[in-house]
This record gives sequence, structure tokens and C-alpha cells, in this order.
Amino acid sequence: MRHIISILIENEAGALSRVSGLFSARGYNIESLTVAPTEDPTLSRMTIVSIGSDDIIEQITKQLNKLIDTVKVVDLSEAAHIERELMLVKVRATGKDREEMKRVADIFRGRIIDVTESTYVVELTGNTNKMGAFLDAIDRSLILETVRTGVCGIGRGDRILKV
Amino acid sequence: MQLTGAEIVIRCLQEEKVEHVFGYPGGSVLFIYDELFKQDQIKHILVRHEQAAVHAADAYSRSSNKIGVCLVTSGPGVTNAVTGIATAHMDSIPLVVITGQVPTAYIGQDAFQEADTVGITRPCVKHNFLVKDVKDLADTIKKAFYLAKTGRPGPVLVDIPKDITAKKCEFHYPKTISMRSYNPVVKGHTGQIKKALQLLLDAKRPMIYAGGGVILSDAADKLTKMTRMLGFPITQTLMGLGGYPATDRQSLGMLGMHGTYEANMAMQECDVLLAVGARFDDRVIGNPDHFAKVARKIIHIDIDPSSISKRVRVDVPIVGNVPDVLDELIKQIQVSEAKAEPKALASWWKQIEGWRSRNSLKYKMGSDLIMPQYVVEKLYEVTGGDAFVTSDVGQHQMWAAQYYKFDKPRRWINSGGLGTMGFGLPAAMGVRFANPKATVACITGEGSIQMNIQELSTCKQFHLPVKILCLNNGYLGMVRQWQQMFHGNRYAESYVDALPDFVKLAEAYGHVGLRIDKPADVEPAIREAFVKHKNQLVFLDFQTDKTANVFPMVAAGKGLSEMILAEEEL
Repeated sequence: MRHIISILIENEAGALSRVSGLFSARGYNIESLTVAPTEDPTLSRMTIVSIGSDDIIEQITKQLNKLIDTVKVVDLSEAAHIERELMLVKVRATGKDREEMKRVADIFRGRIIDVTESTYVVELTGNTNKMGAFLDAIDRSLILETVRTGVCGIGRGDRILKV
Repeated sequence: MQLTGAEIVIRCLQEEKVEHVFGYPGGSVLFIYDELFKQDQIKHILVRHEQAAVHAADAYSRSSNKIGVCLVTSGPGVTNAVTGIATAHMDSIPLVVITGQVPTAYIGQDAFQEADTVGITRPCVKHNFLVKDVKDLADTIKKAFYLAKTGRPGPVLVDIPKDITAKKCEFHYPKTISMRSYNPVVKGHTGQIKKALQLLLDAKRPMIYAGGGVILSDAADKLTKMTRMLGFPITQTLMGLGGYPATDRQSLGMLGMHGTYEANMAMQECDVLLAVGARFDDRVIGNPDHFAKVARKIIHIDIDPSSISKRVRVDVPIVGNVPDVLDELIKQIQVSEAKAEPKALASWWKQIEGWRSRNSLKYKMGSDLIMPQYVVEKLYEVTGGDAFVTSDVGQHQMWAAQYYKFDKPRRWINSGGLGTMGFGLPAAMGVRFANPKATVACITGEGSIQMNIQELSTCKQFHLPVKILCLNNGYLGMVRQWQQMFHGNRYAESYVDALPDFVKLAEAYGHVGLRIDKPADVEPAIREAFVKHKNQLVFLDFQTDKTANVFPMVAAGKGLSEMILAEEEL
């Protein structure tokens, strides 16, 4: 099962390697990991997407909690939540492809944020599936470069992860 | 008053009432050593290799429940210490390891004796710190001591760049520390404890399984009290020996790969299992699927939530400090009207006595060859069962655990989790510093002892009258045993050729050496060592049966009830 785990962690040097080291040392899988400081600059928030059985995910959350710098851990996928990812795609945009690319970007509510005579950079936000769907919808041979942030997520409604 | 970083380090250690620091000097820690030199409250023990400093500090802690402290220099000082740190980490031993680092401005430039200490040690410490500002130094050291000892204990490392030890700032040592990210649970959940008691009292075939957590949390008295109140059988892990008196009738001895027949069978066949400060590791329960085949209810008391349901599904988890939880459990037993059903318990005991009557620790002894088990039995007799026994890793370790009956906690000092050869001798040194009058024996093998034999020199310098009992069979015995059993008798590199003359070697270091070839000489030699040479280090080199194997044995991947009991069954 795919799980989205959110962590509040002291914003100290090495915090990221403590988390990533834990995953590699114990053989846990990381699909994606995002990290940035929160509104309180002494805290970082990480979102990790991992795939594993319930037992493994339980161990992952326990092991994350055990890290001395970890303030809180929550498995967002246990309840209603929102997840988003940002993707930038640089595509070749010449001739008739130029118009087609603009059209597909519009359909996916993407924005073209850089334009040259022969290329576009399309910015797209959404969940992981949407990113995949966009890449499937355009001609693969036109893709010059893609970059994705990985998933970040937040609980719906009153589910709040805060100190 | 403004103090230098080095002065602050020493002041912090003094504030923590540290009496002994095990270490080895070097460039990055020179300022700290300079301050050590100027005072006499803290005694520094100069070892001959940094690994030994950590093992000694580790055993100092294991045998006393104080925090072990070591001090080593940057680069190779740290990398040498890593084995010791990992050893302590696997067995949850509270240590504070202070390491020198190259000056802040040199970090990352491949400076002389630079190593990424925080990076290298991260997976084998409870936590570590790199101090980047002298103003953080006192707080960081306070945190290190706090973290090492609270919750599930472990080694904490503080890496201090050399320039920080020279810089000055106002010294203030915090009295307490609180960390928003670290709040270990102490008290167990009362409702869970109630549930546990109900299960225990309803059990037909109850069993208590106690581990190193009992020793580490000083819960042996409470465990003993509770076990006697309940009248249940109890078994202990390698790390838990001494947590309940081994000579008591309710004790079934050690369980696991080399556990007794009765302990392993009872563990497998029980219907309610109470696990106390133990973690169901692979050497203890064998194959987890085989173990899980029997439907039994499991209650698990542990301070570390991540130990619960890690290898075995648990029905009633109780997260908390073992003595606090046992206190509550005892209280509830006292007020409870219900009692365990005596008839069921009696019939369970009858079954257990049947298993016990197979006497799974018996061994054959002739008049020509010294059986290693016999040496341990004689050591037990001569020391009246009251020695601190350290061991290295291998067959001798298992024989020590099987044949020396530990009635008290903190007397059995060995590397259980990591299985570190070379642990025994430096551990014996640490024990002796923590317990200056104690009888200390190191049971070792000719393989293990050579992994830290240089410490014979430290023992001379500090007049440590440790008795080393080397069960010398000319083989890396446990490796040889596995090769015999699972690799078609192909003894690949398990034969130890060109052994030194240990008697002469001991003498060269200024100690006493004795070589023992015949069974009849075993006891007299041990007496000679402990009585005549009471105040000296004695190296007893026992030439033992080269083919002796450790039994019973649960082969790796097998179930607990699938034991090989003796040579004939191979």
C-alpha cells in the first residue's frame, strides 16, 4: 500500500540524512521525499511517500518517532487528505506542436512559464496521477526535460499537524 | 567567568559526577587533555586502542548503571571507536562519547585526521551532535547525558572541533533539560496492564521471558518478586541473565539458539507469554513463522515502541519503563481477587519438569581432554557464583552463559547484539574500575582475545587483577561448529595457526601466565589464580577439547522446538 507520511522535525543540520539514513539502513522504500522549513523556521516538515505492508508502515512511523529530532509523525493516508506535486516540463514547441502543446497544457490547467522560439516550460500542479496523465497525453518525443518536487500533503479539515 | 571550550568540557563532566574517562589522546583533543591534566577529580584511563576505550566505558556502565564516558581524537580515533559504539548501541548501553574534530574552518577539506564523524556514527548511536559554537557546548553535553540515560538508553556522541575547545564563553551548566522532540514514556498504560494481568491469570500454560531491559532498568528485584508471586516459569535471554536468580527452581535458564530444552519448549508451547524488556530477536525465537504457528497470547513490556510488534505480533503491548510497569503489575496482582488456576499451573509445571529432566546441558568428560564446559563450572564453584564475568564472542561465550549461574544482575557482561570479538578484556577493565574490589573473570577464546590483547598493557599500568580464562581449542570454535554442521566439515580459515605462547605473552606484559592441559589441573589452576595471585592479572590458557560443540542448538532458520540436543543427533 502507498502511504504518505508527514514529519515535523527540528530544523537542524543533518536532520534529512537521519531520516533518509533510517530508510536505507532498514531497507524501507522511499518513493519521494520533500522537505522545507515551516512557518516556524526552527521546524522542518517532510513528506515521504513510501510503499509497504501495514506492518512495515507501522515500523516506519515508530522508527521515525524514535529519531531524537522528530517532533511529530502522522500517516496522512490514514484519513482524508490532499496531496499535491509540482512538475516542470520543458517541451519542444515548434510548428504545429506549438499550438497542440498549449492546448494540452490548458486542458491540464498547466501554465506555460517560459517561452522561446522552439521550447515551452509547462508548470503543472496536482496529484501524482495527474502528472502521469499529462506526460501520457503529450508526444513523448517532444519532452526535453522534466523535474518534479515529489508529493507534499496535508490533512483535510480539522486534522492538523502542529507542535 | 569566561572558560575555554576545553575547560567547559571538563567542568561539564565534573557536574555530571563523572569519575572515569576512558580514552586516547590525539591532535584534535589536545586542549581537552590539557585541562584533564590540570585537575584530579576525573581519572583518565589510557587504553591502547580506541575500540578498547569504548568497550571499557561500556562495561563500566553495564556493571554499575552509571554512564560510561570516553574521549578520543578525530579521524582514526573515531573510526577505531566505531566498533565499540556499535556494540553499545545494539545492547542499549548509555555512553557519552566525546570526539575531537578538525578545526571548524577545515571541516570538509580532507584535513589531516579528518573524518565525517557525525556521518559515520549516525547509524550506530542513539543521537549525535557536532558542536559548531562554543556557546552550545555545555547544553549539548547536558543533552548527551540526558539522552544516553533516559528512554531506551544508548550511546550519544558529541563531536567537538579543535577551535571550539580553544574559544571562550561564559559557562553555565543547565540543571535540567527539556526537548520538545523527545519525551520518553515512563509509566505503562493502566488499562493495558489490567488486560495483561487478566490474561496471565487466565493462562493454562503461562511463561515469562525476560531480556536485557530488565538489567538495564534495574528491575531484577521487581521481576523476581512478581515471578515468585505468580509462580510461573521464567526464561532469560543472553542479555537478561541475572535478571532472575538462575539457581531458583522457577528459572528455566537461557532460551534461544543455545538455550535449554525446557526453556525453548516452554517458550514454544505456552499459551500466554509475558515478554519483559526483550525484543524477540532472531537468536532468541528462531524462525518467526515457526514461532507464530502456535496460537498464544503475547504481552510485551518495553520502553521502546518500535520494539513492539517488530518481529512478532503482540496482543497486549505495554510501552513503559520496565520497573514502573512491574510495580503497577505487582500492585494489581496484590489487590486482585482472581488467582491463577493452581491445577492448570501444576500440570504445566509437570510438563516442564519432564523437559527439564532431559538435562540438556549434560556433557561427556574423560580424563584426558579438558571440556570447556567443565572450566566454566569450576570457575563458578571457585568464585562462589559471585564474580563479574565478561566474555568475548563465540563458543566460550555460550558456555559461559550456560554454565555460570548468574543470580544477580549486572554480573554477566557480554556483547549480545553486535557479537563483537575483542570485547571481553577491555570490558573486564571497565568492570573493575566501576567495582574496584570485585572479582572479575574474562572468559575468552584464543581467537577473540587476540582482537584486543594489547590491553594487557593497560591492565598492567592500572594494576587490574583480572583473571583471563582462555578456552583454547585452536579453532574459531563457533565458525568451526557451523562449518561442521552446515558446510560439510570444510573448515575454511577457522583454524588458528601460529598461536603465541600465551604464558610467555602474559609474562612479557608483566602478568602471570598458566597453561593447563589436563582436567585434573583445572580447578587447582583456577584456585591458584584467584587465591595465590589474587592481586595480579592471571592468563589461564586452557587447552580444551578441539571438537567440543555448543548444545542444545537451534539451527538458523529453524523453530525453537526443533533443537539439536547433542552430537549424536548431528
